[in-house]
Amino acid sequence: MIITGIAQGLIWAFLAIGVFITFRILDIPDLTAEGSFPLGAAVTIKLMVDGQSAVVATIVGFLAGCIAGIITGLLDTKLHVPSLLAGILTMTGLYSINMHVMGRANLPLGMQKTLMTMLPDSLDSNAQTIVVGVLIAIVVIALLWVFFQTKMGLAVRATGNNSMMSAANGIKTDRMVILGYAVSNGCIALSGSLVAQNNGFSDIGMGIGTIVIGLASVLIGQIFIRSRGMLWQLIAMVLGAVVYRLLLTIAMNVGVSPDDLKILSTIVLIIVIVVPMIQGKINEKRQLNKYLAGLDSGEKETINE
Amino acid sequence: MNNNSVLNMDGVQKVFFPGTANQRHILKNINLNINQGDFISVIGNNGAGKSTLLNTVAGTLIADAGTIEIAGNDITKKPVAGRSKWISRVFQDPKLGTAGDLTVEQNLSIAINRKRHFNLTWFKSKSERNHFKEVLAKLDMGLENRLDTQAKYLSGGQRQVLSLIMATLSKPNLLLLDEHTAALDPKTSEAVMKLTNQIIKENNLTVLMITHKMEDALKYGNRLLMLQDGEIKVNVSGDEKQQLEESDLMEMFES
Ligand SMILES: Nc1ncnc2c1ncn2[C@@H]1O[C@H](COP(=O)(O)OP(=O)(O)O)[C@@H](O)[C@H]1O
Ligand SMILES: [Mg+2]
Repeated sequence: MIITGIAQGLIWAFLAIGVFITFRILDIPDLTAEGSFPLGAAVTIKLMVDGQSAVVATIVGFLAGCIAGIITGLLDTKLHVPSLLAGILTMTGLYSINMHVMGRANLPLGMQKTLMTMLPDSLDSNAQTIVVGVLIAIVVIALLWVFFQTKMGLAVRATGNNSMMSAANGIKTDRMVILGYAVSNGCIALSGSLVAQNNGFSDIGMGIGTIVIGLASVLIGQIFIRSRGMLWQLIAMVLGAVVYRLLLTIAMNVGVSPDDLKILSTIVLIIVIVVPMIQGKINEKRQLNKYLAGLDSGEKETINE
Repeated sequence: MNNNSVLNMDGVQKVFFPGTANQRHILKNINLNINQGDFISVIGNNGAGKSTLLNTVAGTLIADAGTIEIAGNDITKKPVAGRSKWISRVFQDPKLGTAGDLTVEQNLSIAINRKRHFNLTWFKSKSERNHFKEVLAKLDMGLENRLDTQAKYLSGGQRQVLSLIMATLSKPNLLLLDEHTAALDPKTSEAVMKLTNQIIKENNLTVLMITHKMEDALKYGNRLLMLQDGEIKVNVSGDEKQQLEESDLMEMFES
């Protein structure tokens, strides 16, 4: 059961990484995820049903997500639609697109080999998922880490942190924002693609609640790993996604019905938003008491002299 | 206009909320020529349009009419990033000029690469880091040892000095300063102003500086502008500027 949670967490990790890019690096609440996640699933499964290999289908799924991100990015930067609304517009439009891609609300994969089942049969299905998840995570994290060490990657980070300063220093901030949306939603679609392959089908409703899952994973990851380093922050996203899945797996095992999982996700998200705030307050209070106590003993010493 | 001209504003107008009850004509037919090496202090009442003037030059606001040329290039409609090739700027709020979550080194790296951000080479470079250290060491503020500190942990004065260094690192054709010492305590404010003057002199920069301090306007720069109600009321230079006294300025304000 724990192994299942870990395997699931690994393929959901790309959702967390995607949400991290918009939410944390660009500082934008992007809801495109709810459409780009099932888009990745729909495109991948449709291509595989039509006879494409899992590798090609997965890559095209990723690229479809990038395009969805670019559309939200254009709405946001060029048409000046508020980012929250821009994401909602793309996500809503994608519902129809996903229906057209699949041709029906639920598209089973059939006998096609997925990225997971391409691996030797000696591995059980969880092990196959873990191997695929770990390998892709290594590639994605390595690429993103390298990107964020480049001048362009730094420009993206600066744009998210202070767009006024960035523009004043010659950064074409619109382009950086669009790029961030694209990479983010590419990762989210990749997650959808892997989850669909793992489930053996793509479903029009599989995007519902992804943004809550993604945000919860991001925040959980950041509770565990508090590094400023980009590499650790990306690894934290994988950890966050795995921990989140483990929580859900445990919940299901103690008898929470699948219907209640969404409200559970919501509660988890509320908790992980509130807990760090309370932690911060407690910590501040402790530091303050320590400091004040130090003042007291300091005063006594001077009196003794 | 002559060969020496860095900035030329011709008939620039700015109207906010046109056609509504709140319509405000803030810049009224501004004609201004700035020559290479000019250091202009701009004074004027609150709301006179000083910041608006700077914003239309920087590109944060686009002029509603008239033209703006820099070094012979028409930039009237260019966005901020497109103008950064020639123009840099220090804001009043130290937080605006730097990215707080990025380190001092990363901020400087952004500033020095202002013409090539669309570039997939490593931003970290040993030689650049050494260059930054040298530049910061000259300031004698200990900033050279804080290259890996996030800018948000610097004091207001340090952060503003960092903005100033970022703005001057690649020797802009025109430096814009909008009350860049106003948010600092008096002592720091004076130190930053002195440093600003030193950097300007060393690099022979062309500067448009808004200040709310009469004494700074008198002490620094070879030209002085006074803006009143969106118009340039006083435009003096050379000896005439050097001979101005605080009482003359007070008179100008009252007239
Ligand atoms: N972006 C804007 N939109 C609407 N009104 C503005 C804007 N910027 C400035 N103003 C108005 O223009 C007037 C002049 O402002 P400003 O140029 O900041 O004056 P100063 O810097 O001389 O004190 C003020 O009344 C201000 O409210
Ligand atoms: Mg002002």
